[in-house]
Amino acid sequence: MSTSETEYLKGKASEDYKHGFYTDIEAETAPDGLTEDVVRYISHRKDEPEWLLNWRLKAFRHVRDRIDGGESIDWAHLDYEAPKFDEISYFSAPKEKANYDSLDEVPDEILETFERLGIPLEEQKALTGVAVDAVMDSVSVATTFKEKLEEKGVIFKSFGEAAREHPEIVREHMGTVIPYTDNLYAALNSAVFSDGSFVYVPEGVTCPMELSTYFRINEAGTGQFERTLIVAEPGAYVSYLEGCTAPMRKENQLHAAVVELIAHEDAEIKYSTIQNWYPGDPDTGEGGVYNLVTKRGLCKGDNSKISWTQLETGSAVTQKYPSVILAGDNSVGEFYSVAFTKGHQQADTGTKMQHIGKNTKSTIISKGISADVADNSYRGQVKVSKNAENARNFSQCDSMLLGPDCGAHTYPYIESSAPSAQVEHEATTSKVGEDQMFYCHQRGLGEEEALKLIVNGFCQEVLQELPMEFAVEAKELLDIELEGSVG
Amino acid sequence: MALLEINNLHVGVEDEDIKILNGVDLTLDTGDMHAIMGPNGSGKSTLASVLAGREEYEVLEGDIHYDGEDLLELEPEERAEEGVFLAFQYPVELPGVSMTNFLKESVNSVREARGQEELSSAEFLQQMRERADMLGLDADLTKRSVNEGFSGGEKKRNEIFQLAMLEPRLAILDETDSGLDIDALQSVANGVNKLRDGDRGFLVITHYERILQYIVPDRVHVMMDGQIARSGDKELAQQLEEHGYEWIRDEVAAAAA
Repeated sequence: MSTSETEYLKGKASEDYKHGFYTDIEAETAPDGLTEDVVRYISHRKDEPEWLLNWRLKAFRHVRDRIDGGESIDWAHLDYEAPKFDEISYFSAPKEKANYDSLDEVPDEILETFERLGIPLEEQKALTGVAVDAVMDSVSVATTFKEKLEEKGVIFKSFGEAAREHPEIVREHMGTVIPYTDNLYAALNSAVFSDGSFVYVPEGVTCPMELSTYFRINEAGTGQFERTLIVAEPGAYVSYLEGCTAPMRKENQLHAAVVELIAHEDAEIKYSTIQNWYPGDPDTGEGGVYNLVTKRGLCKGDNSKISWTQLETGSAVTQKYPSVILAGDNSVGEFYSVAFTKGHQQADTGTKMQHIGKNTKSTIISKGISADVADNSYRGQVKVSKNAENARNFSQCDSMLLGPDCGAHTYPYIESSAPSAQVEHEATTSKVGEDQMFYCHQRGLGEEEALKLIVNGFCQEVLQELPMEFAVEAKELLDIELEGSVG
Repeated sequence: MALLEINNLHVGVEDEDIKILNGVDLTLDTGDMHAIMGPNGSGKSTLASVLAGREEYEVLEGDIHYDGEDLLELEPEERAEEGVFLAFQYPVELPGVSMTNFLKESVNSVREARGQEELSSAEFLQQMRERADMLGLDADLTKRSVNEGFSGGEKKRNEIFQLAMLEPRLAILDETDSGLDIDALQSVANGVNKLRDGDRGFLVITHYERILQYIVPDRVHVMMDGQIARSGDKELAQQLEEHGYEWIRDEVAAAAA
């Protein structure tokens, strides 16, 4: 690990939530509320082509109807006040020029923000193999490693840029995995999405580096609605990392992202997430981020593979089910997840594996850890269609409780219409054993060291799926989260 | 000054009206190898647990001095740091925690407490290889998760391996021989013999005389009903093997009458 990373993590360990600072950049903000004018404003501000504005407007009418119809999502094991959609401002951008040709043009405040987050771009440039498309608020401020990627024909751009420069590819794919009618938050995102990333890997190309985007919520009261689209053409490979932090806020912040992945024949997409947003006041639960995200991948071609790995430690409320539609024959879907909740955090997360093609295979490994009065639910669906001959699924959902007042729940749904399918589900719930703790103490390890070791071991199967540099950070992050969880 | 001095130790189970130890007296010097034998339920393993600092036991009376210090004042991890090691009767599994990782944390934690410098990764790995070699332990064991999927014999040998790595001054072996076949027993005993030295005391708790043929004790104590009913030299173990425990019980009863 580099020195700056070490310093960053040490710094993080020293406070409850160190990322509670606020970058002082004058922002232009859309008026509060969800109206057609706001949607048009956003599209106009982003200089979007007409087809995209029309797409947004369709989604807007749809979501407006759903909101006016009083729709709420009440089936999850979550207890929070629904966002007031008409009190949210749906767009803000740094006032200065939005896109920069080089780092020199980036305002110092922004650079400092990244510095404090431990991702100085200068150093990132020097680091091997990681290209960073940094999203601050709603507009991309810097993209590195562009040239190297261009050589291979890989497109890695902000969503807005891609919509302008590669309209045919974006138009062909966006909304095909997650239609704007999919669910309330996906519909909302489709109408007002701010920015996000677009990745296109051409046929036969292995992306030469891990692609990484750091998202960051800024500006009081501004929801952020990223939209990410990754397309891997036949035989392509790409690994994408998403990591996030947010500054401290009093009011709840809505984060409703949409991530769509499309893998064509023989292609593979690996998508890794570390989510560490402000979880709210540890004693009251007030003020944390609402992380309501729709993520889905489509294994479109034969022998394609999509793999989701996530470490979810932040947010007041997390609701997300990164899923895979296994359409191509022999396609593979994977979901590896660690969800850690403490204080008043609530998480309802899991996956959906939809087997359509023949000989499709899916693996689900979910680890939920709860402390304090937090609630942690796994919700997963394995669906095997009639023609999905020889479909295979293995699911393992383990929960660990770090105290007497927290909760762990498992809601597996299995629906199989193919007689030849094999679906296996294993679930365990354990308390960190006194025997395990005593064994560690007897070897000289204190309370916190012992707990870190045991919890890290519990998560090992998932953490090892993360790309190396991310795995180190993930382990440290877990350690930091565990500090003060010893009860 | 003795390494370990137990005086009139009475122990019960926390929050329950059960007494297990009823006045244990025992003194052990560095370099000593003492065996504690006795029937099931006589309190042998409880004594080991109390020495290591297990919370569910409550000391009702008496005291324990370790190296002149009041042992009962120390937390379990502090005892470990001060050089008290317990080879567990039932070693605990830590899924996903590699032996290497676990031992590195442990070794460096006790080294720090003992004012020694932390070992570098290279030094640590070398030490691990050497000690595994010395004990004839398969090096692959160190790559696996702590005790996970280990056979009974592997678990017990792994305890001795940890003993070798942590370099304690007082090593307590709680029925390390139980459940082992003759080959595994010999290998564990060989390991223990290699680790005997003048600066280290051993307390070996066992049901059977068999292991004492390989690890020859300086003293043998017989525990009955939570007390040391009799102490003697290695011949005592032989007598127990031949005649069982009842004759001691009879003699004690006769003496009390």
